[in-house]
Amino acid sequence: MTVGSTAQGVAERREPVQVRGEVLARRRVGAYHLVEITAGGIAERFRPGQFVALSVGGPVSELLLRRSFAVYRATPVGAFSGTVQIVVGVNGRGSEWLAGVRPGEPLDIVGPLGTPFRLPAAPTACLLVGGGYGSAPLFSLAEALRARECRVDFLIGAGSQDRVFGELEAKRSAGAVAVCTDDGSLGRRGTVADALPDEIERTGAAAVYACGPMAMLRAVGAVAASYGLPCQVAVEESMACGIGVCMTCVLPVIGDDGVTRMTRSCVDGPVFEHDRVRWDDVGTVPADALGATP
Amino acid sequence: MSVATEPVKLAVDLAGAALPNPVLTASGCAAAGRELQPFAPVSALGAVVTKSVTLRPRAGRPTPRMAETASGMLNSIGLQNPGVDAFLAHDLPWLAEHGARAVVSIAGSSVAEYAELARRTAHAPALVAVEVNISCPNVESRGEVFACDPLAASRVLAAVRAEVPAGIPVLAKLSPDVTDIVAVARACTDAGADGVTLVNTLLGLVIDPGTMRPVLGGVTGGLSGPAILPVALRCVWQVHAALPAVPILGVGGIRTGLDALQFLLAGASAVSVGTAVFGDPSAPVRVLAELETALAERGFAAVAEAVGYAHRPARVETVVPPPAPAVELARTPVVAGAKPAWRLGGEEEW
Repeated sequence: MTVGSTAQGVAERREPVQVRGEVLARRRVGAYHLVEITAGGIAERFRPGQFVALSVGGPVSELLLRRSFAVYRATPVGAFSGTVQIVVGVNGRGSEWLAGVRPGEPLDIVGPLGTPFRLPAAPTACLLVGGGYGSAPLFSLAEALRARECRVDFLIGAGSQDRVFGELEAKRSAGAVAVCTDDGSLGRRGTVADALPDEIERTGAAAVYACGPMAMLRAVGAVAASYGLPCQVAVEESMACGIGVCMTCVLPVIGDDGVTRMTRSCVDGPVFEHDRVRWDDVGTVPADALGATP
Repeated sequence: MSVATEPVKLAVDLAGAALPNPVLTASGCAAAGRELQPFAPVSALGAVVTKSVTLRPRAGRPTPRMAETASGMLNSIGLQNPGVDAFLAHDLPWLAEHGARAVVSIAGSSVAEYAELARRTAHAPALVAVEVNISCPNVESRGEVFACDPLAASRVLAAVRAEVPAGIPVLAKLSPDVTDIVAVARACTDAGADGVTLVNTLLGLVIDPGTMRPVLGGVTGGLSGPAILPVALRCVWQVHAALPAVPILGVGGIRTGLDALQFLLAGASAVSVGTAVFGDPSAPVRVLAELETALAERGFAAVAEAVGYAHRPARVETVVPPPAPAVELARTPVVAGAKPAWRLGGEEEW
């Protein structure tokens, strides 16, 4: 086999696919719904941090746009089948429909989409910070990190106890697990960003990974930066297509060349280096962004 | 029309551009084709209509840029694109390498800018047509919407036509938000446009009942999707009726082969699948397969036979409507003593 054909083979395996899947199971987990879907071809290609985009509402739905969900767990079974699990928080008509699906419901699913988390080249102590259902994609990341002999600790939080996702799993699988809630109903009272300095010092973390609401990511990254730690974040932006054609999910991101561009979070993200995102300017087009109207 | 015993001839002539089939992407709904390749191979499409390109890079409007609506969506992208230099350096060569035909959409803010864009793109690889976007609603000034003014539209089209070599058709993409779309179409074709693309999005607004403010960062946006299909179809019908020799690329809410068929029957020579791609990235190839089946089922041997077919006079009806279903008969009121106006069977039964 030539080097060229190997590279091409890898590229083909990484291309997203569109498959007709089926709901295998759905169960309530606190305030969320854990949905397991057959998705042949997607689980095999998946890397932690990537997401899937689902059609919602069935064949006669008036909801045209896909709903994107971070993959919680991907289970390849063989070359042609596998399953993915997603965590659904109800916040609109599409997610409401998904929260009511029954086993056997057909689901058109596209994935895996987006950039994965980048993994340390050498064993590194990593602190994984999740907010709400944003902790879902951190568990497959934790497995990948442990496979590289990285120490993995968790800091997870939410507004209230029922919105903390994965506390038990984190405790089973990680070194240290800290939990906090805004209302103090579980763990320490406060936000994950409030608790982060203690956890960095307690765990000796040398890298931080985070997923959750934008305000949380911004705050977590700022704390990590104050300790001089690299921090990757998986952002959550409103998307119509998930595959890079609609240009709705953009945010201002500084490129390798130092130039800020309105960057698609679906294909150029969702994982970004925290210090590349212009957090102050999210929701705007900064005046110095490439192509900004003077 | 003949009974199709052979495959439907899908190849079409769109204003002089020879395309292998009549299903294209729509400007702004497929980027420059690359992202669709895993789902809808670009070489399999009639052509890729690329996202509108401007002379300089354009960052677009602030987010939120999208609001889902009933059977549609509003977008407020604001023509974000990397600029014509990057487009020519990266996007068109990729389309050429992958066997695609490109209909390049250009957008300017002055007649001179349109002319320069036409000059820059006219000899690019893969180019089969130029689509002149004079109807994007997401610009800061509605004064930039040339398609709302026949005179302004004609000036743009004349300037572009003068820069594009013969054999490469120039299409004017028009807005449905006008009082008389036929007048705008006529102005464009009189000025040299080889055809028209009907239609761009409709200007719309969504207000969030929670925040009680407009959802979109740009306040207003362009409405697309199945919600606008009847409007787009009406525009195609009106322009084809008034200007039957003008080729039309039909676009607006198409998501099935039967939707596409309606546009052909109304007078479009080819169609673009736009917003449907957001929900189903393989929609263009699916629509093509469904359209082929629909044409064959109706006895069309070639796409061209269906173009404008709905405009034929009622008196030369050749398609026999299917018999009314029994349930319809049962609902028909029968007045005692009155002879039914329809006949169910032989005369002796009455």
